[in-house]
Amino acid sequence: MSEVNYSIPTVAEMAAKNESPEILFWVGCAGSFDDRYKKVTKAFVKILNAVGIQFAVLGPEETCTGDPARRAGNEFLFQMQAMNNITVMNGYNIKKIVTACPHCFNTIKNEYPELGGNYEVIHHSTFLQQLINDGKIKMKEGGSFKGKKITYHDSCYLGRANGVYEAPREVLQALDADLVEMKRCRTTGLCCGAGGAQMFKEPEKGSKDINVERTEEALNTGATTVAVACPFCMTMMSDGVKNKNKENEVAVKDLAELIAESQGL
Amino acid sequence: MNPRHKDFQSFALPTELRHQEKISVTDLRRGTKLDKFRFAAKIAYIFLVKRILTYFRSMAIVQQVLFLLTLVVATYFIWRRVSRIKSNIQLGKPSEAAGDTSQRWKNVLLVAFGQRKMFKRVIPAFLHFWIYAGFIIINLEVLEFVLDGLLGTHRLFAPFLGSFYPLLMNLFELLAVAVLVACLFFLVRRNVLKIKRFWSAEMTSWPRLDGNLILVIEITLMLAILTMNASDQILQSRDEHYTATGSLFFSSFLMPMLDGLSTSALIGVERFTWWFHIVGILGFALYVTYSKHLHIFLAFPNTYYANLEPKGQIKNMPVVTNEVKSMLGLGAVETPAGEPGRFGAKDINDLSRVNLMAAYACTECGRCTSECPANLTGKKLSPRKIMMDTRDRMEEVGESLAKGGRGLQDGKSLLGDYVSKEEINACTSCNACVEACPVLINPLEIILEMRRYVAMEESGSPAQWNAMFQNIETSFAPWKFPASDRFNWANELKSKS
Repeated sequence: MSEVNYSIPTVAEMAAKNESPEILFWVGCAGSFDDRYKKVTKAFVKILNAVGIQFAVLGPEETCTGDPARRAGNEFLFQMQAMNNITVMNGYNIKKIVTACPHCFNTIKNEYPELGGNYEVIHHSTFLQQLINDGKIKMKEGGSFKGKKITYHDSCYLGRANGVYEAPREVLQALDADLVEMKRCRTTGLCCGAGGAQMFKEPEKGSKDINVERTEEALNTGATTVAVACPFCMTMMSDGVKNKNKENEVAVKDLAELIAESQGL
Repeated sequence: MNPRHKDFQSFALPTELRHQEKISVTDLRRGTKLDKFRFAAKIAYIFLVKRILTYFRSMAIVQQVLFLLTLVVATYFIWRRVSRIKSNIQLGKPSEAAGDTSQRWKNVLLVAFGQRKMFKRVIPAFLHFWIYAGFIIINLEVLEFVLDGLLGTHRLFAPFLGSFYPLLMNLFELLAVAVLVACLFFLVRRNVLKIKRFWSAEMTSWPRLDGNLILVIEITLMLAILTMNASDQILQSRDEHYTATGSLFFSSFLMPMLDGLSTSALIGVERFTWWFHIVGILGFALYVTYSKHLHIFLAFPNTYYANLEPKGQIKNMPVVTNEVKSMLGLGAVETPAGEPGRFGAKDINDLSRVNLMAAYACTECGRCTSECPANLTGKKLSPRKIMMDTRDRMEEVGESLAKGGRGLQDGKSLLGDYVSKEEINACTSCNACVEACPVLINPLEIILEMRRYVAMEESGSPAQWNAMFQNIETSFAPWKFPASDRFNWANELKSKS
């Protein structure tokens, strides 16, 4: 792999040069702090660089969208976060946003407008699908994923919450992989267990952890890769695979990582 | 109108009874003590039979009056119950149906009328469809029943519909049989196959009995209508007073069972089943208002008022927006008129009227619970229970208010006495329950409103959530990382390359 200098401009830097990005990449807290999901952020930045899109990030100016606060019931905290983020983004005159986190995606797209933040928001799965369709990402014939069994775990906040079911699947199909579905998929996809702020607390007493239930279903497909499109699903499914002692045979990967890998990025 | 169609009840005494009377007179002349006793008994018997028959003769008007009375009484009780339900729902916050009206009607048409979401599970959908179609179409016949009852007529529509009438009757019979079979299947599913969602924790004795009662009542009503048609067909062959309906396919299978009966007994059977069916339907209509079966009516408005926004979007709280704006010094702040209510929901009056109506529209099918990831993994949360609890609390408050009691101030509340924090804390907000509901009920909205109450009025969220809140406040991320590290990932990428 050749030495590449990836450019990761911040919106502030661009504004200083009187420029504004074509699209804002909203990294999200997991994408910024979580070691595993930082890899997804990096993979996505590599793709953005490779296709030559003029993007920028908020960098240190980005803060939590407020999603977990709102879902845990703390409306005050959510709205404080939302208003701050909206003030920053409106100040930079942001029009279009892409994010790899379905929770950020849902909140900014659906919940910010009522508080004064109106943007065109797309999730990175849709974004990647568009790049593939437009020929900006060229998939190689017989790539490294050819014939490999991949199963896709629907993120609730992408699927049921926003009706995005096909874009992630089309991205996976472009890899020439053998896409196998779990019994519960699309509208009936089973949650990984982390939504609604569950990510930030221990589960209530029960007979089983939700992520284990879901992982068992994923493993039953015989897939060697579990594709996800959400940082929380990533954590939950990875933990589930570890719980089943399958981490050496089965990989949990984000769509952006799979595309970056197939492109040799 | 042909006078024959009227006054059908009054017809000649069956001949065998007159014959019996003559024999009895001969008995008397022979004159033993026992015979005298027998004679007296026979006289009494004949007297009684005669009285009954005379009663039958004069019954046209008696039946009409009786029917009118039944109708008035039933209407009164149903109206009283509907008013109660209405005022219970009005305990909630007013909610408006914002947005695209045509989309709302489309939901009513496709989801309620067209049963679209039922067909996610094909077998019950198919069986349910028969009962649903039966309910709507057989009820057309109830109109004839009611008019017959009021006017003292028999099969009032027959002369008007001509040859179409037997066709219609055969269709009704087909549906009656379909309903009967479907109900039997449902009874088997509930009680023999013991389908899991009908036996989960919140399905205590009353909800289970309610489900079975509905099915048994429907089966009985269908049997009544078929028996009535069978006896009516035999009577048609014996007496030309009876409006000819032509051969009715399904009920004719019951005819051999009734053929041996005397004409008077048949009249009895025909009258009994007629009354049983119509009184049964009126009684059932009243029962429905106390039962989960209310969905047959409320499913329609419920789909109309259902949320049209993306499912992931949580309803905004404008009160909070105002406060936050004033705290941040953003823009002019409108001071809301009147007392600021509670934040979130502790009791039913904190919920919207749509939430409350949905609780009455829920038929406890349990599809929500059977798809709930928390419930599937043994947590206490059950979206169906949330709806049932909301309804039961409404009923409790309504009952108390009707008796001049303390209503909402009875020291109890939905959250705490019905729904526990453990339940609402288990929700992943995954929307599986919302997606699963065949009539677009949204249990998630109620759960989230209760979480709002706990977080904002009680500061009683789980400790780990309180820590998460604190992290967001201080580090602007739900995890405790210094905000200054947020952009470090970029350095890692730059140094690697």
